[in-house]
Amino acid sequence: MSVEFCGLELEHPIINGSGTFDAIAARRAFGDELIERFPFAAFVSKTVTLEPRQGNPPPRLWELAGGLINSIGLPNKGLAGYLEHDLPELAELPVPLIVNVMGFSRDEVAALVGAFAEREEVSALELNVSCPNVETGLMMGADPGEVGRLLERVRPLTAKPLIVKLTPNATDVPSVARAAQDAGADAVSLINTLRGMAIDPRSRTGEPWLGGTTGGVSGPAVRAVALAQVHDVAQAVEIPVVGMGGVQRGVEALDLMHAGATLVAVGTESFRDPAAGGRVANELVELLANSAV
Amino acid sequence: MSAPFGCRAATVTARESHGAYVVIRCQDPTGPRPRPGQFYMLRTAERWGGGDGERPFLPRAFSVLRAHDHELHFLIEDVGPGTNRLCELEPGEELLLVGPLGNGFLAPREDRRPLLVGGGVGIAPLAIWQDELGPDPLAFLGFRDALHAHGAALLANPVVATDDGSVGHHGLVTDLLQNELEEVEVYACGPPQMLEAVRELCADRGVPAQLALESGMACGFGACFGCVVPTTDGYVRLCLDGPVLDASILRTAAPAGAGH
Repeated sequence: MSVEFCGLELEHPIINGSGTFDAIAARRAFGDELIERFPFAAFVSKTVTLEPRQGNPPPRLWELAGGLINSIGLPNKGLAGYLEHDLPELAELPVPLIVNVMGFSRDEVAALVGAFAEREEVSALELNVSCPNVETGLMMGADPGEVGRLLERVRPLTAKPLIVKLTPNATDVPSVARAAQDAGADAVSLINTLRGMAIDPRSRTGEPWLGGTTGGVSGPAVRAVALAQVHDVAQAVEIPVVGMGGVQRGVEALDLMHAGATLVAVGTESFRDPAAGGRVANELVELLANSAV
Repeated sequence: MSAPFGCRAATVTARESHGAYVVIRCQDPTGPRPRPGQFYMLRTAERWGGGDGERPFLPRAFSVLRAHDHELHFLIEDVGPGTNRLCELEPGEELLLVGPLGNGFLAPREDRRPLLVGGGVGIAPLAIWQDELGPDPLAFLGFRDALHAHGAALLANPVVATDDGSVGHHGLVTDLLQNELEEVEVYACGPPQMLEAVRELCADRGVPAQLALESGMACGFGACFGCVVPTTDGYVRLCLDGPVLDASILRTAAPAGAGH
């Protein structure tokens, strides 16, 4: 059951959420069986920034009822390290590669988009806008004007599809999505994690548990929020929507498609079962085949 | 040898009580033989998240205690919602596992004898390592009290210390090591404070040590970046580059959040 997305022909509608699957690490752990049974129809790589980042100090995880909070802090090798070490390995995957990038200013995002524009290994770019613009102090993805100005800056730099990863931590997510569309985005993806926090149970003074103080909530705990936001955004835009948030089964992927998603990403469930994406895809394809009669 | 991709069901074959501990045995007919020091991510097939909104939700990482003819043994202490659920497993129930994952212990450097040092439930990887090395190496094992010290029977040649003095030496396992460090390589696993004491002692005496660390893990295969520990080379993912780390790359074996 192939699906068309921004000019890409995908085998099925299930991809991964950025930062929830490291295909290079997984190949070390599982060998070539990972390639033979690759669970996603396209692979979205972990956020790349211009400079290398160590990430947040541990602890980085907190388990919740039906999910977890992570405070990873976007560790990555930086643009140069990614191009040298990661891109050649990711280019060997049997599916199209979508590179997720984040910058702390429009210039930084432009440098990243420009660098990937010429790389034929890269099928599309996803812009992570869940960070502050250090020049304006505004959360890029929380403000329609910020997102519009960002897209106006980077849209002329590449003909590749640009997907804007929307943050749910915004007052009016559909307006942000519309601003992205009006400034030339090819698709939007949502939801990113919801901001959350945990207190160290061993601390008498109530210190935060996470090394980064706050983190992002994901997993089935956010599924209902994701469904509502995907629904609202899909009503507001004409461009395709990638829906994600707490999907564990095919029927939950189908729910997001009913809410307006063209593709669905599996994230946290891959932590419980590395092959979860493939299982969800099989379940979804079967559900779609049955409902098509 | 790579781990099979994806989680698989392993039928529980036995549940044994060892004082404060439970040993769960399960059949893993299709999995490869684990190397000593490797680990598995475990959860139960029933009543473990999966949409009904309760903890536990994530699988838990356990070093393999023993492996014989496709039967895997795991040592578990009931300390929270995940271990509580695992300790309830009955023969015939299914365990979902991913693994074996991680690196495992390396053979001792030339002209050095292996010396095993364990604390509490951290004795687990030393048992399979002793199975491979043969029963000669002494195992210095520290426990809280007599109930926990039952675990010592899982290893050969145990020398026991307890916090309350109810069994063996009254004090820390590191007290027992002081006179045993000539021409040895130390293999240690246990609570962070014990590992850090072993690391410091070995560093002072110029003794090489391989430490099996623990860290909260969401996935076990490098996806979540949650299990990092600081090393001289920056943060490393314990699931990929560990759980066994050479002590020489650690400034501390008890980083923030360890042992929770």
